[in-house]
Amino acid sequence: MSAPAASPFAIETRALNLWYGSFQALKGVTVGIRHGQITSLIGPSGCGKTTLLRCFNRVNERYGEVRTTGDIEVLGRNIYAADVSLIELRRSVGMVFQRPNPLPLTVYENVVFALRLHTPGRQLTRPTLDEAVERALTETGLWKDLKDRLRTRATDLQLEQQQKLCIARLLPLRPDVILMDEPCSALDVEGTRAIEDLMAELRGRYTIVIVTHSMAQARRVSDECIFMLLGELVEHRRTAELFLVPQDRRTAEYIEGRYG
Amino acid sequence: MRTDAQPRVAAGPDGRPPFAETAYGRRKLRQESAARAVFLAMTLLMVAPLVAIVAHLVVEAWPALSLEFLLDVPRNRMTEGGIWSALVGTIYLVAISLAVAAPIGVLAAVYLNEYAKDTWFNRIINLAVINLAGVPSIVHALFGLGAFVYAARFGFSVMAASLTLAIMTLPVIIASTREALAAVPTAFREACWNVGASRWQTIRGVVLPNSISGILTGIILQVSRAAGETAPVMFTGAVLYKAVERGSLFPYYLDDQCMALSMHLYVLTTQVPNVAHAIPYATAVVLLGSVLLVNAAAIGLRVWLRNRKRW
Ligand SMILES: Nc1ncnc2c1ncn2[C@@H]1O[C@H](COP(=O)(O)OP(=O)(O)OP(=O)(O)O)[C@@H](O)[C@H]1O
Ligand SMILES: [Mg+2]
Repeated sequence: MSAPAASPFAIETRALNLWYGSFQALKGVTVGIRHGQITSLIGPSGCGKTTLLRCFNRVNERYGEVRTTGDIEVLGRNIYAADVSLIELRRSVGMVFQRPNPLPLTVYENVVFALRLHTPGRQLTRPTLDEAVERALTETGLWKDLKDRLRTRATDLQLEQQQKLCIARLLPLRPDVILMDEPCSALDVEGTRAIEDLMAELRGRYTIVIVTHSMAQARRVSDECIFMLLGELVEHRRTAELFLVPQDRRTAEYIEGRYG
Repeated sequence: MRTDAQPRVAAGPDGRPPFAETAYGRRKLRQESAARAVFLAMTLLMVAPLVAIVAHLVVEAWPALSLEFLLDVPRNRMTEGGIWSALVGTIYLVAISLAVAAPIGVLAAVYLNEYAKDTWFNRIINLAVINLAGVPSIVHALFGLGAFVYAARFGFSVMAASLTLAIMTLPVIIASTREALAAVPTAFREACWNVGASRWQTIRGVVLPNSISGILTGIILQVSRAAGETAPVMFTGAVLYKAVERGSLFPYYLDDQCMALSMHLYVLTTQVPNVAHAIPYATAVVLLGSVLLVNAAAIGLRVWLRNRKRW
């Protein structure tokens, strides 16, 4: 959305280390993630993809004992600065999960849920809410199917619609970054295609980071690709180049399927 | 395609046809039915005394059971009349104790489950809660006697007895509430955190609405426990006999002593000579009946709230 001037990066980390207790899950990760592009994060299980993703809105801190060193800048702002509000940070950096997790409320209430969290009650008139719902559902391609079912429970929708709804509920907050942690792994082929199409649709307006276990998916959807191994960032390049001419031996071995 | 493959012979290595029963297999089947029989027998064995007790109580109590028995006060040195004084006393004690214990217990459980970090201090609190839930009621009774009757100078009173019951039920309410909170899927909390909800917004918006059925059930089950215990009220505020008016709704003040069902039953069976035969039985039936009623209400509530949520 509002792009700060100088840097081409929406997210930058420098020498980022992270420990769960005494276990080091991220080792000196330095990376820049470009504005408005789709960046995929690949690597074998347990290499720290989810952990890195959760750093970008500092939600790691909610998952127990976590210690971090190094810098993270989002939109040019150091998110560890003393006056950074986690609430505002997470409002602008939203996340979508592996299993669609709509709240057990109606479709309508799911979409306006975050809006209600961030706005004093009296500013939320019915028309404002209605408009936010229509806009978010239209943007995620759900409006046509759901406009007459806004009062159904979100948990009764098909999985694919649930996942789209999880994306839709971020949009009324006008986020800058959308983090997706294996958003398609609970979906069938059709659902996967639908989400990928939606990502292509959102590309440019939002900076998207997607963790995926499918290299084919990384190739299909992403502009840049990051390969991680054992908590380290091994290689980060244009997706096409990374899969065509990997520079690092470990990347080459991974995309050949020698491990992972 | 392999053309030289032999068709599989319809015989195992020892010449029997495939899938035939073996001696070992038959033995397993016999064990299976034996196990089933034993489990069934144990279940019946458990149910039988329960049915026998209830049947015996109801049969013996039958001549005395009536609405009048509930509403009338004990008469003629407690050998006749009803149980209103004790019934209303128990309702008071339980209601006040829950009014104290339920909010404190639920809020403490929310803190422990949603806010507290895993430090040694909180671990000690956890351990204390779990152990307190297992302390025998006579210990709570003595604590109540010391703390509320004497130290806090409430004297032997409704107040002291209610607070003692509250102390007794508190750890169990904390434990059951924590269980209900922990049963709310993490995915719901994650959904909130990642759109910038504060902890309190997460709790109020998602965690409490989705655990309320479990929380309420846990609290209601403590009603029956508080109503049934004798020792905690006997030591702190319940008396043998207290004159009240038939059917009166507000017979006791907070600093009065009162009668209570559990205590009344104990007194009738051990202290009162020449009591009409059916009266202690009828008192027991009322006590049992109210406990069953409350438990049924808890189950009903649970089912009703369950049906409203789906995830
Ligand atoms: N809350 C936690 N406490 C302790 N260790 C953790 C925690 N979360 C993750 N880890 C550990 O950190 C490492 C990285 O985990 P992470 O979930 O980031 O991996 P991942 O790349 O997302 O794996 P996957 O592909 O299986 O999702 C793993 O070894 C994991 O066991
Ligand atoms: Mg992961």
